[in-house]
Amino acid sequence: MFRNQYDSDVTIWSPQGRLHQVEYAMEAVKLGTATVGLKSADYAVLVALCKPPSELSTSQRKIFSIDDHLGISIAGITADARVLSRYLRSECLSYKHAYAASYPVSRLMTNLGNKMQATTQRYDRRPYGVGMLVAGYDDKGPHIYQVMPSANSFSCKAMSIGSRSQSARTYLERHLASFKQCSKDEILCHGIQAIRGSLPSEEAAKKEESLAQLNICVAIVGKNQPFKILTEEENTKYLNMADELAGSVIHLKSDDDDDQPPQGGDEPAEPGPSDPLVDVPMDLP
Amino acid sequence: MSFLSIDHFSDYKVHGAQRPDFSPYESNGGSIVAIAGDDFAVIAADTRLSSGYSIHSRTQTKLFQLSPLTVLGSTGCWCDTLSLTSLMRVRMQMYEHTHLRTMTTDAVAQMLSITMYNRRFFPYYVSNILAGIDKNGKGVVFSYDPIGHCENAKCRAGGTAGPLLQPVLDNQIQLKNMNLDEKDKPILTKERAVSVASDTFISAAERDIYTGDFVEIKIITKDGIESMTINLRKD
Repeated sequence: MFRNQYDSDVTIWSPQGRLHQVEYAMEAVKLGTATVGLKSADYAVLVALCKPPSELSTSQRKIFSIDDHLGISIAGITADARVLSRYLRSECLSYKHAYAASYPVSRLMTNLGNKMQATTQRYDRRPYGVGMLVAGYDDKGPHIYQVMPSANSFSCKAMSIGSRSQSARTYLERHLASFKQCSKDEILCHGIQAIRGSLPSEEAAKKEESLAQLNICVAIVGKNQPFKILTEEENTKYLNMADELAGSVIHLKSDDDDDQPPQGGDEPAEPGPSDPLVDVPMDLP
Repeated sequence: MSFLSIDHFSDYKVHGAQRPDFSPYESNGGSIVAIAGDDFAVIAADTRLSSGYSIHSRTQTKLFQLSPLTVLGSTGCWCDTLSLTSLMRVRMQMYEHTHLRTMTTDAVAQMLSITMYNRRFFPYYVSNILAGIDKNGKGVVFSYDPIGHCENAKCRAGGTAGPLLQPVLDNQIQLKNMNLDEKDKPILTKERAVSVASDTFISAAERDIYTGDFVEIKIITKDGIESMTINLRKD
């Protein structure tokens, strides 16, 4: 993606029919650490990699609870995520106050999409620089939604966003067929194993022996399970469980494109999920 | 409010002018008793909801558990009770999202006071008693007037039979107005608090028409909330 004359404002279309500012906002999501969302027949699970920016600081909060039946995991600008989660919480509380029921997940996603779209069509606003994975449970069952700064929301069977998330997506695609029948423990272990590939390559090599030192945040929601972020002890328990399961499966190194060091500069490290690209060459400055 | 109504100012009366006789308030009856112990709190409320001489329900609970350590008993105008407790739950959930912890009982007490005073000029016609465990692990009871004046008390009775029950509690729990030697003074255990509360309710049901049917008692300790129900007179 190169700089061009049609990207100075979100209200300017390029001749190819693209809004470059919105696409640049999507790049912000790839700067955040990876997060994975997946669902079984009864549960939806979020796993996030909580890597602190330096040894001196703690990691940013990646998973926010919104209501008893819904929670989000974010990648991108945390400040924007806080604003959006405050909005989602307020919407859910108002709905519950007015109708004594939980906000149906798909409708909440439409509502959020409408709010985010407004920022892509005004000269005085900018798109929210945060991608979200939403895990929710309502009477239609468990849901995983991916919400991007372009204000698009996609219902997913499983998804991963953030930096180095391609290997997690590969893992999820490979095991997709087995998710529906998974038990609660199994789906949590799948989530942990999926995110394992998203560690930076030097650490991945060190941690190949044991997952137990992985710095992750896990949350689950589902049938008879209000949205809950797991405690340290529960995290360790599932890390060890995933460790045992991983030990019995041969680790296929060849799929992991991300073992190469991350590429800096404007070039994205991996294509990632995004709006459909036009097949007309871009204008060069 | 009634002393400011037009009936008291004869020079303002206009012949033929119609006054609406809609009152936004209705008393739906009921009584609450709460007792604070050293490391527990007991709150009890009857389950009768009435309107005039009719009964709406014999099994309507008036105790609202706001958190694992806090229970609010609310009686008076039932619509205001529902609205107020709903608002309290919403505000408490917002607090939990922002602060990642449950509100302490003292914080809930203060918030309830403020919420009620916000409606100073169209009050919630509710008699509230909040019981729970404070941040030091001690039992606390807070009582309120309709505009949110909050007072910490060891024991309190509210609702239609409040004036009947409060003297009994003062005597039996606070051991007031009695000549007792130190060695004869009973210690306030959980069992004694529950038995005094249920006895006062049984007496209230005898004399107050709005109190009766069942009494629901909740015993709050740091380990959780126990519930029990006792039969009362149903007439």
